[in-house]
Amino acid sequence: MRAWPLLLALLAGGSAVAQVPGGAREAQLVRMVRQDCGSCHGMTLAGGLGPALTREALADKPVESLAATIYHGRPGTPMPPWRSMLSADEARWIAERLLAGFPKETR
Amino acid sequence: MRALLFALVSLLAACAGAPTTPTNPTKGTGDLGVVVERGSGTLAIVDTSERRVLAEVPGLGDLSHASVVFSRDGGSAFVFGRDGALTRVNLSTRRIEQRVQQAGNSIGGAMSQDGTLVAAQNYQPGGIKVFDAKTLALVADIPAEYAPGQRSRVVGLADLPGKRFVFSLFDADQIWIADLNDAARPKLTKFENVGRQPYDALVTPDGRHYIAGLFGEDGLAMIDLWADKPVVRRILAGYGRGQEPLPVFKMPHLRGWAVAGRHAYLPAIGRHEVLVVDTQTWAEVGRIAVAGQPVFVIARPDGRQVWVNFAVPDYDRVQVIDTQTRQIVKTLEPGKAVLHMEFTPRGEAVWISSRDANRVTVIDTSSFATQATLPLAAPSGVFFTSRAARMGF
Repeated sequence: MRAWPLLLALLAGGSAVAQVPGGAREAQLVRMVRQDCGSCHGMTLAGGLGPALTREALADKPVESLAATIYHGRPGTPMPPWRSMLSADEARWIAERLLAGFPKETR
Repeated sequence: MRALLFALVSLLAACAGAPTTPTNPTKGTGDLGVVVERGSGTLAIVDTSERRVLAEVPGLGDLSHASVVFSRDGGSAFVFGRDGALTRVNLSTRRIEQRVQQAGNSIGGAMSQDGTLVAAQNYQPGGIKVFDAKTLALVADIPAEYAPGQRSRVVGLADLPGKRFVFSLFDADQIWIADLNDAARPKLTKFENVGRQPYDALVTPDGRHYIAGLFGEDGLAMIDLWADKPVVRRILAGYGRGQEPLPVFKMPHLRGWAVAGRHAYLPAIGRHEVLVVDTQTWAEVGRIAVAGQPVFVIARPDGRQVWVNFAVPDYDRVQVIDTQTRQIVKTLEPGKAVLHMEFTPRGEAVWISSRDANRVTVIDTSSFATQATLPLAAPSGVFFTSRAARMGF
């Protein structure tokens, strides 16, 4: 389990890729997306008051714009900026994982 | 592994306490309730006198944001799942009686005054659907179509006297009333331009006023339903006083329980405040600074206290407002990620769900002592059968 972040980093490669948050934090982020983002986007991320965040729904969205939406929010909509709870790298990491099909909670 | 454990626990529970007939057939349902276990699609049936879980009913699908209304006899819970399923669970037999996949994405429902109709409010496809409460047969399908081909997500559904339902259109800034006295031909009354992005609403316990919270502007939209010609009126306009709003990490919820005596206690949007409004004059009479973005602001049934929980990241706390002094008299930390609170019918205790602590805590509302903790998996909504007798629930 602990090797997972490292493996992801290796798989992802390249300098544009967000720094991987690391085991415990990563589990926190997955839980945060599923549970807290899930209060608007649904636990399965199929959408609710917020739009669907499934891989299919996000297919045409650039990772930069997703990361920026997570980090800075989207004024005029209920999407808040999460920068008080996330680093920019973590926002980017979440955006990448969403585009790849977001992981399920492991515990 | 976890799923297996749950299955095992459910199986054990089923063997131990849930035969097909009630363990005590003479027992009423007045002290029963349900707790949504959102992660596992399970409904826990609880007893508020014994303060314990009687049974767990699995198989209810995606229960993120699930909410529940009760049949008039308090014997059945109607569960509205995020995945659009409507499930009727019999609290005595502890079994699923009926289940219909009525929409793609649903967030709640309401029961008609006479108990014959149950309505679901849907995001996808946007609108409400009304069912026969006995059979779950579809009685009326009312798309929230506010322009040709444009359907709004529906929020703030509540029952009104006389087989009517009122609801708000988040995407259309409208409030509609559907009169189902002639169910084959529902009569709609529409209020337009009520204010930007109504996100949830309440009907006061007397059924007179409907109040929709607005996400897109400072203020709430209010309708006096007893007026000869009801109109929408703005209340608490400009409560943000031009200040930059704080981020809202979870939408607040409104229900009739926010009314304590002649005052309504309402969550501000983007401010860590509870707003107090006089329901006779509709003027703001106070505001109370609280620990975060309020989500639920719930009056104890007697109105002496108002309990508040918060959006992430302040959701480990619960605060208690004394309505006589309008001061916070207690701050509790009943467990991480408090999602909901429900008072026992007469309010001597409150049940608080803590999602990340995997427990429900039962707290004495006068001493604030913990009376019980019930281990439940990622609990969210807590609903007691006393709701069956209340308008707006």
